[in-house]
Amino acid sequence: MELPILSVLIFLPAIAAIIVPFLKGNNSARWFTLIVLVLDFLIAIWLLFAFDTTTAEMQFSESREWVPSLGIGYRLGIDGVSVWFIFLTALLGWICVLASWNSIKHRVKEFMASLLAIQSMMIGVFCSLDVFLFYVLWEAMLIPMYLIIGIWGGENRRYAAFKFFLFTLAGSLLFLIGILVLYFEGDRTFDMLALMASEYSFKVQVGVFIAFLIAFAVKIPMVPFHTWLPDAHVQAPTAGSIILAGVLLKMGAYGFIRFSLPMLPDASQYFAPMMIALSALAIVYGGLLALAQTDIKKLVAYSSVSHMGFITLGLFTLNVNGMSGAIIQMFNHGITTGALFLFVGLIYERTQSREIPRYGGMIKAVPFFGILFATFLLSSMAVPGTNGFVGEILVLSGTFAVNGWAASAGVVGALIGAAYLLGIYRQLLLGPVKVPDDNKIWDLDNREILCAVPLLIFVFWMGLYPKPFLSILQPTLEHLLLQLTVTGAAV
Amino acid sequence: MDMTLIAGSALASGPEIIVIVGACAALMISLLPNARQGNLLASLSVIIIALAAGMSYALPESPQREYSGMFVVDSFSTYFKMVLYLATALTVLMSGKYLVKEGVVKGEYYVLLLFALVGTMIMVSGTDLLIIYVGIELQALSIYVLVGFLKADARSNEAALKYVILGAFSSGILLYGISLFYGLSGTTDLDAIAGALFSPEFDSPMLLMATLFMLVGLLFKVGAVPFHMWVPDIYEGAPSPITAFMSVAAKAAAFAVILRIFLNELFVLMPIWLLGVAGIAILSMALGSLAALVQTNIKRMLAYSSIAHAGFLLLGLIAGSTDGVASVMQYLVVFTFMNLGMFAIIILLNKGVKFGEPIESFAGLAKTHPMLALMTMIFLFSLAGIPPTGGFFAKFYVLLALIETGHIWLAVIAVLLSAVAAWFYLRIIMLMYVHEPSETPDIHITLSMQIVLTVTLLGTVLTGLFPAWLLETARNAAVF
Repeated sequence: MELPILSVLIFLPAIAAIIVPFLKGNNSARWFTLIVLVLDFLIAIWLLFAFDTTTAEMQFSESREWVPSLGIGYRLGIDGVSVWFIFLTALLGWICVLASWNSIKHRVKEFMASLLAIQSMMIGVFCSLDVFLFYVLWEAMLIPMYLIIGIWGGENRRYAAFKFFLFTLAGSLLFLIGILVLYFEGDRTFDMLALMASEYSFKVQVGVFIAFLIAFAVKIPMVPFHTWLPDAHVQAPTAGSIILAGVLLKMGAYGFIRFSLPMLPDASQYFAPMMIALSALAIVYGGLLALAQTDIKKLVAYSSVSHMGFITLGLFTLNVNGMSGAIIQMFNHGITTGALFLFVGLIYERTQSREIPRYGGMIKAVPFFGILFATFLLSSMAVPGTNGFVGEILVLSGTFAVNGWAASAGVVGALIGAAYLLGIYRQLLLGPVKVPDDNKIWDLDNREILCAVPLLIFVFWMGLYPKPFLSILQPTLEHLLLQLTVTGAAV
Repeated sequence: MDMTLIAGSALASGPEIIVIVGACAALMISLLPNARQGNLLASLSVIIIALAAGMSYALPESPQREYSGMFVVDSFSTYFKMVLYLATALTVLMSGKYLVKEGVVKGEYYVLLLFALVGTMIMVSGTDLLIIYVGIELQALSIYVLVGFLKADARSNEAALKYVILGAFSSGILLYGISLFYGLSGTTDLDAIAGALFSPEFDSPMLLMATLFMLVGLLFKVGAVPFHMWVPDIYEGAPSPITAFMSVAAKAAAFAVILRIFLNELFVLMPIWLLGVAGIAILSMALGSLAALVQTNIKRMLAYSSIAHAGFLLLGLIAGSTDGVASVMQYLVVFTFMNLGMFAIIILLNKGVKFGEPIESFAGLAKTHPMLALMTMIFLFSLAGIPPTGGFFAKFYVLLALIETGHIWLAVIAVLLSAVAAWFYLRIIMLMYVHEPSETPDIHITLSMQIVLTVTLLGTVLTGLFPAWLLETARNAAVF
């Protein structure tokens, strides 16, 4: 019998989450969590190497009965898109543990258990090929995230946690309704592949698309559903922000790739212009909001809104360039914004402040910290040679083929991005040394370097040699485009 | 009537007879000296319930109509009886400590609880409107007394009086509906009424009136808006275990009656009552969720929450298909687990009548009693319908049935309102995990309480993770 590798990947952290509260001492909880998540990461690396790039079929599939009479099953499998997100999740997982090694001081065991639980659920979401399973994990994920923000967050954490929970819950529940409609329109199964294979009337597609759109738009978040994001990010502890920005936001876009595009191809084409317009709006509007911020964490949060706009923009160009750019951008955003939140967390840990004007000359004071931070800022700005460039250029080239105005908006958004990111760069890193309240500031220690370096590697690897990424993506993407055109022609 | 018929009827109502005889025996035993010490009566009650459950289990599954067709034993009634046994047994187990704490250790308590159980059992088995009415009254009279059991507490007295008056009022309305049905069809037997209504020449404006009275009387019993006014006061004033019993067992039995009556003979009138019930369901969910937001007493909050749940359950009735009925039945089981679990925790945190049950008693529970806080969190997430708990699957199944029958907009409204409802459950979780404890509560978990907590927790989690078995059972039983 073959080893059910995806189940191992999912249940390893889940079981560890149950064990953690019974460990003695906070340090053993930290080490235990770290070891488990590194192990999970190693499995994820192995998965990448074992992945067959020649086929668009689902790989490492597993299938078990769960609620057979309703067509619910425990079905797992991954393709070229999900394998990357599993990898990203596994990578950020252990970085989160390291990032909260010292900053989380109370209720360490509960925190580690929440981290492990959310890790397990996130990987599960990317693996699942059953809509019911997907939904259960997607919504269950709110629980640990709610606790992470609510218990270990900043001063205003209760409000932020509530807002996060209720926004996402309301969106998710509409998603559930959409799913159930498809369930009855299709063959009464929750098997994702079967749902993709069925055809739905245009009217059904439009209705379901709107339900899905609201759910995913809240999660991504797209303007005008973005208002929970700054609160959640600012109040969340560093690890929470990294997970939120790195993985949770991607799930909305992943939802489009898994559900909206392949299951509702006609509606996707019908709504594409609207989606492109909304994305362009998000890019510019998010950028302008970011420009106005003085709290560095809020700034990065709004920049996420803008960057996620690029992702939805790319997805709904419905061509190879735009879509592969969008998926690469999703991965990049996880790496880069994760890193930025990590650094914001490090600054805050040292000085208890996030006000941009109160800082200066960090490169002089803490050179190593400054240089790494600068690199991630540049990557977020999409400077050639970094990962951000590859994604943005692909998205923009895809968009120019469809809609010149939207592409121009994208370019403007990129410019605004350069403005606020360079603004941080200038204020924080250059000039005379300035630290709020005369706090002591010190350079990165080994643990922090260990957090940052893997992310740095991906910034340049993706920026200079993106071929391996694209080659894994290629077959899946071609298959997706085929699904879009084949059923689209049937109208 | 010859002897074999009587014997057959007696056999079919065996579980009821066991409980009645047991209750009478318990009444006698409670008069013995020393009987009030220890857990003698509680243990006896649990044994009686277990015997009745065994009897119900042993009875044949195929529908068996006895007592000249007034009483039926079918898989539908057996399913509901199992829920009732479970709810009553758990109520008995969580009562012992509470009664000691409140200083009202009396034998009648358990006896009345057993009589209330018989009443609910007759409700789910009745196929004649009068039998159903007798069941409702037996159950209600027992509960009236139990609600006022805390003689020294003004709230309890007030609640009992309110409940008696309003309960009698609603019973009157129900009885009026029954008499109208009798006047229209010349019978009180459900099947015979159905036969009369289904005949094509039957068309009377009085039918609408009769249905209306029947509906109002029954919706009062489940506490749906706008017939919910009694719920918060009585839930707050009644002894906590009795509140738990009412919120679960009495409600389950009332829903069994509603399903049996409305999806059977009143099915033909569906277009008429459907819209009304849909409106009532939405109102219940909306008012329950919104009013719960501002409560400061945990029992009042759960009262509003149970109004919202009643609204959600009515959606299953609107769906009306086999899946709709099965979804209500499944929901009630899950609700039994999670709501009783929540009440068990309330009883544990109870500091006595004088203090009431402020929500603040949950503050900092995660620090003083992490395990208890974790359990509370699971119950609350389940009540809010967040996966992977049983509460989610129950709601999911209702929605599935609703969409199957094409009520998509109703489903959309329901999910948005349940997102609102999540708010007040989250508030308690926040209190437990974020706030500092004001003082270390003195919590002593007895063995019987451990059993209650374990059963309810396992029930809540397992019905969420492995819903298939319960689903199949409910589906098979959803025929009458």
